[in-house]
Amino acid sequence: MNRTLVRLLQAPSIIVLLMWMIVPLSMTIYFSLIRYNLLYPERTGFVGLSNYEFFVTDAAFPPAVWNTLILVGSVLCISVVLGLAIAILIDRPFLGRGIVRVMLISPFFIMPTVNALVWKNMMMNPIYGLFAVVAHTIGAEPIDWLTVYPLLSVIIIVSWQWTPFAILIFMTSLQSQDQEQKEAATLDGAGFWAQFWNLTLPHLARPIAIVLMIQMIFHLSIFAEIFVTTSGGPGTASTNIAYLIYAQALLQFDVGVASAGGVFAVILANIVAIFLIRAVGKNLMV
Amino acid sequence: MKYLRTTALGMMLSMSAISFKVAVADEITIATVNNGHMIEMQKLTPKFEEANPGITVKWVTLDEGTLRSRVTTDITTKGGQFDVMTIGMYEAPIWGSRDWLEPLEFGAEYDVDDILPAMRDGLSHDGKLYAAPFYGESSMIMYRKDLLDAAGMTMPDNPSWGHVKDAAAAMTDRDAGQYGICLRGKPGWGDNMAFLTTMANSFGGKWFNEDWTPDLDSPAWNHAVNFYVDLLTAYGPPGSAGNSFNEILALMNEGKCGMWIDATIAASFVTNPSQSKVADKMAFAQSPQAITTRGANWLWAWALAVPSGTQKKADAMKFMEWATSKEYIELVAETNGWAAVPTGTRQSTYDNPKFKEAATFDEAELKAILSADPSNSTQDKTPYIGVQFAAIPEFQAIGTAVGQQMTAALAGDISVEEALENAQAAADREMRKAGYY
Amino acid sequence: MTDKQILEWKNRFAVIGAWLVAILFFFPIFWMVLTSFKTELQAIAIPPLLVFEPTLDNYTLIQERTDYTQYAWSSVVTSLGGTALAMLIAIPSAYAMAFSPTRRTKDILLWMLSTKMLPAVGVLLPIYLLSQKLGLLDTKIVLVVIYALINLPIIMMILFNYFREIPKEILEASRMDGTSTWNEITQIVMPLAWGGIASTALLSVVLCWNEAFWAINLTSSEAGTLAALVASFSSPEGLFWSKLSAVATLACAPIVVFGWLCQKQLVQGLTFGAVK
Repeated sequence: MNRTLVRLLQAPSIIVLLMWMIVPLSMTIYFSLIRYNLLYPERTGFVGLSNYEFFVTDAAFPPAVWNTLILVGSVLCISVVLGLAIAILIDRPFLGRGIVRVMLISPFFIMPTVNALVWKNMMMNPIYGLFAVVAHTIGAEPIDWLTVYPLLSVIIIVSWQWTPFAILIFMTSLQSQDQEQKEAATLDGAGFWAQFWNLTLPHLARPIAIVLMIQMIFHLSIFAEIFVTTSGGPGTASTNIAYLIYAQALLQFDVGVASAGGVFAVILANIVAIFLIRAVGKNLMV
Repeated sequence: MKYLRTTALGMMLSMSAISFKVAVADEITIATVNNGHMIEMQKLTPKFEEANPGITVKWVTLDEGTLRSRVTTDITTKGGQFDVMTIGMYEAPIWGSRDWLEPLEFGAEYDVDDILPAMRDGLSHDGKLYAAPFYGESSMIMYRKDLLDAAGMTMPDNPSWGHVKDAAAAMTDRDAGQYGICLRGKPGWGDNMAFLTTMANSFGGKWFNEDWTPDLDSPAWNHAVNFYVDLLTAYGPPGSAGNSFNEILALMNEGKCGMWIDATIAASFVTNPSQSKVADKMAFAQSPQAITTRGANWLWAWALAVPSGTQKKADAMKFMEWATSKEYIELVAETNGWAAVPTGTRQSTYDNPKFKEAATFDEAELKAILSADPSNSTQDKTPYIGVQFAAIPEFQAIGTAVGQQMTAALAGDISVEEALENAQAAADREMRKAGYY
Repeated sequence: MTDKQILEWKNRFAVIGAWLVAILFFFPIFWMVLTSFKTELQAIAIPPLLVFEPTLDNYTLIQERTDYTQYAWSSVVTSLGGTALAMLIAIPSAYAMAFSPTRRTKDILLWMLSTKMLPAVGVLLPIYLLSQKLGLLDTKIVLVVIYALINLPIIMMILFNYFREIPKEILEASRMDGTSTWNEITQIVMPLAWGGIASTALLSVVLCWNEAFWAINLTSSEAGTLAALVASFSSPEGLFWSKLSAVATLACAPIVVFGWLCQKQLVQGLTFGAVK
């Protein structure tokens, strides 16, 4: 294949993404530097970096950055560890395996808003939610999940949706594992953990890297789950960067500050991505 | 090759399915919220289409928060997506002052003077009406008469907060899952802050001083919020910090709450036997007062407005007139009975003997609505209009940020003093940025 | 107990564990579907009802109030259209990157992923204004384009990883025989990577189907997808849980069933590092 052809084939994706990058992002950067509030169309003009200043000096900003990182980190951990465990658990023939598989991956197909509504109203509600009912049955005081553990609740809700994705990827990858090698290891007397560390985990290195990467991208901008359940509260206990931008853009209608927040989110995302690639990137590409 | 062909075919099929939107000349698009009265309006729309051949009506229904952001984006960018918008008493005067809405003028048969004066005032700017009220509401106490009787207490028509607290204490039986009082706690300017503002008003508080500095650090707010947090912690249900209208409605209908202070519209739900287990045990009183009754109950209306610059102004106006007319109310009465008509807009509804007979809450509701005055809702003078909000563009953000702090205080994460301090700082920041001082 | 018996017991426990976990994961969905057959009063009953007289009222009501098929059709068109468009752009690019990687390939891929990191709400206004200027508000086209763009980076990354699994020797051999690039793609790469391409497309369809933010903010009466339909059923005044459960069931059912049917395909395709 000659070089021109390679370029030609690559061109469409690079060009469209470049446009997608340049047009909205440069508009966003531009908006972030001007005074632009939808509710005050008459106020205009270049304001330099004051939109950024306003965004990062918000009292909700430090907790929002922290919550964003906690949210991404814990959902990644939970979904990968749980996903691995469950994938290994069902990596054997048994009665009804097909049904078990279908049940396990179903949450991934549910819309995030629906997911959040179901958990909020039917599971975590302290009075008629099922958790409360279970607590009552065993004689415990029901926990008001969304108030007392707002961030944890959001983490649970998001993990419920994304662990199935990890299960899906891991269970398919496990099927391709060399069974003979495993049997040989068993005959050699290698225990479960020895097999897991020496055979399974290296085999799953790349799937794990891919799951981490894809999920990170989605979790950095989690919004619907927070909007529906806790509205970022109580206080700022479950406010993340995406929610903070929402408050600026669609409550305050301050496009300038919201755009500054958007630019900040991209920077933060790239920093996280660089760290993640340092950690797992070797498996990801080349 | 086969795969490629299938892919290409699939592409072509899906592309052909994408048709450009063709603007139909006599089709009007209406944005609205998913509330019971609006759903009824959608059901009755064929009657309007029959009476006005040639006009077809398309509906866009959204939840309240999304609707608000959608219509605001649309109207400020001249998006032209909607010909009639459902807006509230908060938006109408602000948008009217910006000339984003068509001023409304009606013929004699519409009888605009029949609309309750409080409603007309709240939806006007500079004496010009910008939105026609579809239904209106105030707030009041809804309580379980059976429980109160059992406790040997009564509820006066204009109770004080002290009395409400005593009643809540008497009705609470935690072991039986019975809570004396349920109040909103979910953060949001239209959620917990709508209620808390009325409470602060009656304690003598206000949102802004005359020089636009926020007044959240005043003793009045401190008293009010402390009272609120203590009351709900002692006699409220668990999970109050996440409760708003719907959550409490569910509790009330299940018989878990002794008292509930909220929108008058709730009265028609809690007295409806098909929804409520306690339909025949409900009674009503005016919102409690502390040092003043001024601003102790809120005033709100969902109203229909026509964005200026719509190309279908005539048709849009026609629909708006139809949906807010006396005839429409009669149409609903014919279809669903008088208990189900949209209330809070017209004097003639409350004068109607059939309505009085059907509704058990009509007097309390009318009294509450008539006693609310958006331009005079606080003990001290203020520069803003609105009972449970201040009709300025910044309020949505301020109210929501303050609401977050109040929820945190209710949840016990921070003290009331800390919450009010944070709230004051947040409000001050926004006002400064907007250039009020 | 012999070793064999111990193993058997271990296996039995594992199976029971698998079933328990599966039930736990599936329970919220089951509960949602169950609630959709209750009345509003039954939906909030304490303790929750497992046995009750099911009603279809919620479903009839949805049918009365809205045109389900219009929303469903929008969802089908935008998810398939967005996926098709993205695949069309991604396949040749990923192919070129995988088989003729340069020093910058890795950077380009990373950069592509970073375009996906801008929170949607941060770029809402630019996109809204652009669509408005182009007259594309409330059309399926704008959703197709946006879905293609937001999924493109992920599709690129997954496809790139698949293509890299294809042994280069096969291609080199065919090149020796003088196969043209076109034939190389269609006759050698595509069939080999078909599983990966199909499952990537499936994944993309699922992501498009469940996308709500753009669907709600850029459409009004014509192009709204099922995600917008769900949004129209949550209400600030009045109980709506059983109705919402019904509409959510209707909105999710097609994609869940689709996912179940394609499960085998997904499972075969998403094996990273298996085509060896």
